[in-house]
Parts: sequence; C-alpha cells; structure tokens
Amino acid sequence: MAERILMKGNEAIAEAAIRAGCRHYFGYPITPQTEIAAYMAKKMPKIGGVFLQAESEIASINMVYGAAAAGMRVMTSSSSPGISLKSEGLSYIAGSDVPAFVVNVQRGGPGLGGIQPSQSDYFQATKGGGHGDYHMIVLAPASVQEMASLTIKGFNLADKYRMTAMILADGTIGQMMEPISFEDAEIENYEKPWALTGTKMERTHNIVNSLYLKPDELERTNFERFARYKTIEENEVLYEEYMMDGAEVCVVAFGIAARVAKNAVAAARSEGIQAGLIRPITLWPFPKAPLRRAAGQVKAFVSVELSMGQMIEDIRLATECTRPVSLCNRTGGMIPSPGQVLESIREAAKGGN
Amino acid sequence: MKTTQILIAGFGGQGILFAGKFLAYKGLLEDLQVSWLPSYGPEMRGGTANCSVILSDDPVGSPIITDPDVLIVMNLPSLQKYADTVVPGGQIYVDSTLISEKVVRDDVQVFYIPATQMAGDAGVSTLANMIMMGCVLKNNPELSFDGTEETVKKLVPPKKAALVDLNLKALELGRDYAG
Repeated sequence: MAERILMKGNEAIAEAAIRAGCRHYFGYPITPQTEIAAYMAKKMPKIGGVFLQAESEIASINMVYGAAAAGMRVMTSSSSPGISLKSEGLSYIAGSDVPAFVVNVQRGGPGLGGIQPSQSDYFQATKGGGHGDYHMIVLAPASVQEMASLTIKGFNLADKYRMTAMILADGTIGQMMEPISFEDAEIENYEKPWALTGTKMERTHNIVNSLYLKPDELERTNFERFARYKTIEENEVLYEEYMMDGAEVCVVAFGIAARVAKNAVAAARSEGIQAGLIRPITLWPFPKAPLRRAAGQVKAFVSVELSMGQMIEDIRLATECTRPVSLCNRTGGMIPSPGQVLESIREAAKGGN
Repeated sequence: MKTTQILIAGFGGQGILFAGKFLAYKGLLEDLQVSWLPSYGPEMRGGTANCSVILSDDPVGSPIITDPDVLIVMNLPSLQKYADTVVPGGQIYVDSTLISEKVVRDDVQVFYIPATQMAGDAGVSTLANMIMMGCVLKNNPELSFDGTEETVKKLVPPKKAALVDLNLKALELGRDYAG
C-alpha cells in the first residue's frame, strides 16, 4: 500500500486531478477552496501544465469550455457564489456535450452568505443551476481520501459521458486534514473524435456549439442527451450503507453530514435503537433503488442536511412517500451535532406505525 | 477501542494549527486514524484560532469536536469558552503566563504551564505551543514521547531544518516541566 500522508481535502483534489491527467486549471479565488488554486499554481508550471487565474468566474468557466472543446482534461473550482457565476457556462458546456470537471466547496448562502461549511447548493448541483434540460454527475465526498478518489472518478466519468462531473464538497471536508494514500490513478482513456484539434487538412471540421435554431434539431439533441443520462442512472450510482442490517430508522446524509450521522447512528445502536445510514456518494444519479428497498424495511427516514432541507425531496420521491421522512438540519454555516441527530433518530423511532 | 479528541485554542500567530499538525502527524506515525480540522476564516488573522485533532484506533466519524477529552488553551477567551465542554475526567492544559485565571472545575485534571515565559527564557520565544505539546505527550501515555524527532522532521520543511532542534528542545522543556 502507498504511504499514508496528511493532506487537506482541497489539496487532495488538486493532487488527484494532476494524477488524473488534468493539465489545465482555470479559476478565481474564493474561500474555502483557495488551496486548490494555490496547489495548482505551484505544481502546474513544473509539469508543463497551465494554471491561470482568470479575471472572473465567468471568464474561468469559459476557458474550461474552450479547453474541453479542444479535448483536454480541464477543471475549475470555486465555492457557492462563484458557482452561481459559472452556471451559464455549465449550461453551455452541457449543451455542447463536452467533458469538464468542476469543484464546489460549498459555503453558507444565499447571496454572498458566509464562509463556513454548507450543503445548500444541493438543488443547484442536482437540478440544473444553469438554464435548460441538463444534468451534471454530482459526487459527494465524505473524507479526504474520497476527495481524491472521486476526483479521479469524476474525470473518467466526464470523458466517458461527455458532460460535467462536479465534486460537491463543503468547507469542512475542504479544510480538514486526514491521512490519504495515492494508489496509482486508474485513468480511463476515451477517444475524442469530436474535439477541436485542427483538421490537418485530413478530415472535415468539427464544430462544438450549443446553438440550434431549428427546434426539431434541438429537441433531438436533448432526447439523445437524456438517453445517455438514463444509462448513467442505471450504471453509475454510488452509495454506502452503514449498519443497515435490521435497521428500523434510516438516516440519509452525504458529505460532512454523513460523518456526523455515523456517530449518531452508532450512539443510537448502543442505546438499543435499530438505526442505520444510507450515504449517497453520487447525488446525481441519486441512489433511488437502495432507498426504495430501505422503505420496505424501516419505519422512518431522517434526512440530515446542512441546508433548509433539499435532499429530503429526493428521498420522498425515491420512496414514493411510503414512509415518513423528517429533517434534521442546521444551515448558514452551522453543522448539526451528533446529539442533535441522535435526538431526531429517537423521535423517528418513536413514530411511524 | 480508544478515541482521543483534542482541542487546541488560542490567538492567531501562536502556532495553534502547527501544534495540532504535530499531534496529527504523531498519530499518523503511530498508525492511528487521524483527523485535523482548523478554524478558518477571519479569526485566523489576529483573532482566536482553534484546531480539532482526533486520534483513534477506529475510523474517525465526525471531525468536529464538541466535548474534548483534552483541551489546550493559550489565551483567556479560549479557556472561558471551552473549559466547560471538556468531558469529566478529561485534561486541561493552561499557558499560565498568558492566563492567570484558574479552572474552577474539580472533575478534570488541570496542568498549568508557564509556557510563554519558559519559551522566552530558553530563547525559543515562538515555541510556547510546542512546550505545551511536550507536556501533553508526557501525560498521555498512548501518545508517548518516542518518535517525536521523526514527527518534527515530517512537519518542518527541509529549508527550515534548523528549526527541528529548536522544536525538539521546546518539546523536551514541556516534558520535563515539573510544575
């Protein structure tokens, strides 16, 4: 096994991106993700890569669009308000079917909000954010090790499906250090015959574009894109189950909330409450099937979120409202304590049938 | 199964985060599971800084510490803010040069170390943090003093190798303080 080293979550993303073959980083600084840019600024020039601090978020996402159209492995990173600014570009990238890798280390919102951790960009990440019919693959790491492994996964998925893969992290996972070991990155190589690499007078021009003035053509591109999305929903769902054997209460949480929830689930078990946890690792595609299965077993769900309750809607949809789903949350940069989650588990265990 | 939750708090500039990194690396070298979580943001620029370190035989759940087993404080606001959160039977380490107030609880072990004074006297005035750490190691057998040099070498960048000996000196001062 590779040596264990201590690293911040943000740095782990940057190092993993380089190992995944990313040689183009465009960004604009914002707390709490600036370590990603700082790491890239230091490393990229030494390995023949490009680090560029753009004049704005909007400029940086369009630089990503350009490099992606040229077939490069490319990324940007930001935090909540910055991702809002990038959302127009994300829609264009989706409409042009080019692969990109984007990191959102979330902070409290709305507006300029605060700089403490949050998960209140769940809707923005999983339901669009930009305009039009599109999805991004959304990956939610809950440890520094996963910041790295899901980054490599994200680059592979983006190339495989020609779309944006987004890491949806939060300030805590970005700022914390944990031991991490870098195994050799499994880089999947996909042909990119659509890329703008110069014809060398040997082929016809490739065109990367999101403008379709004929509605029937535009409709066809959307149908085709959603056929691809269906394949992703069938094949790329990731989740973790923790203590779900015999569980009567199912806690659902991702990222830092799942870390807190694990403590609470273990505490609930030790006082005789049959609790378990389902941790979505992909937020889109959402792990609907495991939740539907759990609904046949448990009497209630508890959604633990650093928001006013966003993922809870997807839990209700996945379980078709067959079981009560309660919300245990803090927002604005606050994090629920294991005690608060435990109290919600106790309440849920009392209720139901 | 053993898990130790350590909270270090003081002013920005006192090496609070560095002290936490020292403990985290120490745990790493001892093959423990480790998490290190800093306060980040405006408080780092002159206000209060704190850092949560968890060392465990098992995978670390939440990296956020609400009830520390060990509290190290290097200013008065931190003592006032966190003294009551320490678990009964826990430990509180107080830099008594900077904090004249006493801990009023009798269900915790309290160590008063005039670390800032000691650091100044020994010519390592910026290393009061590591004097505190030396004392923490002495009183937590599972951390032990062995491997300290290796840990410090991991922490100090090669360009500043001269600082390794100074850090070790500070750690030893803390270990040997009889209070």
